[in-house]
Amino acid sequence: MKDKFFNLIFLLAVMVGLISLMVLFIDIISDGYKYLTWDFFTNYASRKAEKSGILAPLAGTLWLISMTAILTIPIGISTALYLEEFATDNWFTKLIKLNVSNLAGVPSIIYGLLGLAFFSYTLSLGKSLLAGALTMTLLVLPIVIIASQEAIRTIQPSLKDAAYALGATKWEVSKNVILPHSIGGIMSGIILAMSRAVGETAPILIISSLVFITTVPSGPMDRFTILPLQIYTWAAFPQDEFRAIASTGIIVLLCILISMNSIAIFIRLKNQD
Amino acid sequence: MQNSDTSRKLTRRKTEEFIIINLLRLSGLISIITTVGIISILGVNSIPFFSEVGFKEFFTGLKWTPLFIPQNFGILPLVNGTFLVAFIAASTALVFGLGSAFYLSEYASRKFRKIVKPFLEILAGIPTVVYGYFALTFVTPIIQFFFPETIIFNALSAGIVMGIMIIPMVSTLSEDAMNAVPNSLREAAYAVGAKRYQVALRVVFPSAISGIVASFILAISRAIGETMIVSLAAGGKPALTINPLDAIQTMTAYIVTVSQGETQQGSVEYNSIFAVGLLLFFLTFLMNIIGRLIVTKYAQQYD
Repeated sequence: MKDKFFNLIFLLAVMVGLISLMVLFIDIISDGYKYLTWDFFTNYASRKAEKSGILAPLAGTLWLISMTAILTIPIGISTALYLEEFATDNWFTKLIKLNVSNLAGVPSIIYGLLGLAFFSYTLSLGKSLLAGALTMTLLVLPIVIIASQEAIRTIQPSLKDAAYALGATKWEVSKNVILPHSIGGIMSGIILAMSRAVGETAPILIISSLVFITTVPSGPMDRFTILPLQIYTWAAFPQDEFRAIASTGIIVLLCILISMNSIAIFIRLKNQD
Repeated sequence: MQNSDTSRKLTRRKTEEFIIINLLRLSGLISIITTVGIISILGVNSIPFFSEVGFKEFFTGLKWTPLFIPQNFGILPLVNGTFLVAFIAASTALVFGLGSAFYLSEYASRKFRKIVKPFLEILAGIPTVVYGYFALTFVTPIIQFFFPETIIFNALSAGIVMGIMIIPMVSTLSEDAMNAVPNSLREAAYAVGAKRYQVALRVVFPSAISGIVASFILAISRAIGETMIVSLAAGGKPALTINPLDAIQTMTAYIVTVSQGETQQGSVEYNSIFAVGLLLFFLTFLMNIIGRLIVTKYAQQYD
């Protein structure tokens, strides 16, 4: 009897999480579906809610994520390769490993302060895409490194040993055995890290402050806004219409994230075969 | 002839290897530079702030009004607001996360766990600005229905929603701790006729307690650093209060408020966000270290 009671209580706790997720989705879709028109994608932000669109933030997000990916992928994979394959087990290696896991726990707003003081002011990059992408790179780098390390670690030692036995150097083993065999895991880790970057708001808010931008960026030195930042701006307005288009923006943002996650899962499943 | 060709190839391979390893080492160095960069940027920009305001006012002052005249720089109201929201969030996450961990580790079938866990993980992947919107437009009206006096910005709404967001984190960490409890302990309890809930509560729970405590500490740390939910839903009024229905301001929300406006670089308001950031960094750093130390310690416990 009492056993059934506790079974129910614990099951309820699981359900709270699942039901919250469902309510969240239903709430957002019911608030925002009516503004989800083609115009919403092709219009710029406007003083009138019904004329507002997400062209500038959508383009800004695409720019920011592409630039972040270009910067993050080589550095992230190199670091993971170094830690897993090249580094000897000394204090320097331990320091890097400890440091990476600590960086993963630093609040994202702190990266925003770093970006503001260093990239925006010291390097005079201002409120440009480049300043944002460099900041975002430092933020997601620990995630990419940890995911790549895990992917590299799953390779069977016998594969590597066979190559080493033929006289291959560490770099040859890395290039011809490790990377080809772990690229699926690394890719899915990178996509997940990028989806984290797509949703990050705080660091970009610190760097670019609240902006009213009605242009699509044409280069890395242009000013920009991103989708979550536009959502934040709209949600902070007291008028109901603006909150409604905020939720329309959220629908688009969640669709992007769901697609990215599906691709990551697809790559992982394909790689298991 | 052939010999020198081979040896040239060998030298080239060695040079290539040498260049590569140093390039890779350099990328490893970037993570170290980042940490050094964070600490020095926060430190350097805080120095003018502290020399103007002084440590005594910062740490003991009871008023935080940097954007008004007269300016006051007592951090305690911000720390109070931060911990009030973080405590609500971590408690919410602990109750439901721990319950979920009990169910997933002790009751659920493997199939149930395999289906449900990915859905729970989605909660952790939703952007915080979305949770902020949810707190403001869905949870706050519910709170106002029960407590009609409540104003639109309050600590409770932000705290609860943040708690939902970190359920997966607490649940995963607690479940890991429970899975680390050896089955022989469970079997011994079952052998003397214990029921399943008795095994869960009196054998698994005490054995996994350090991991559960660690998950609570890491949850608080995560909540302290969260920015967008509190900026949207908790208000912008620094207050010394423990009433969850009051509007408050957190350290992160203050940083956002200042950077939204056009604050002059080098002004005391501009420098204040770095001082607040420095404190925030050390608080989360300390809690992450403590949390992780506990996790590593209990992981060895049953080896």
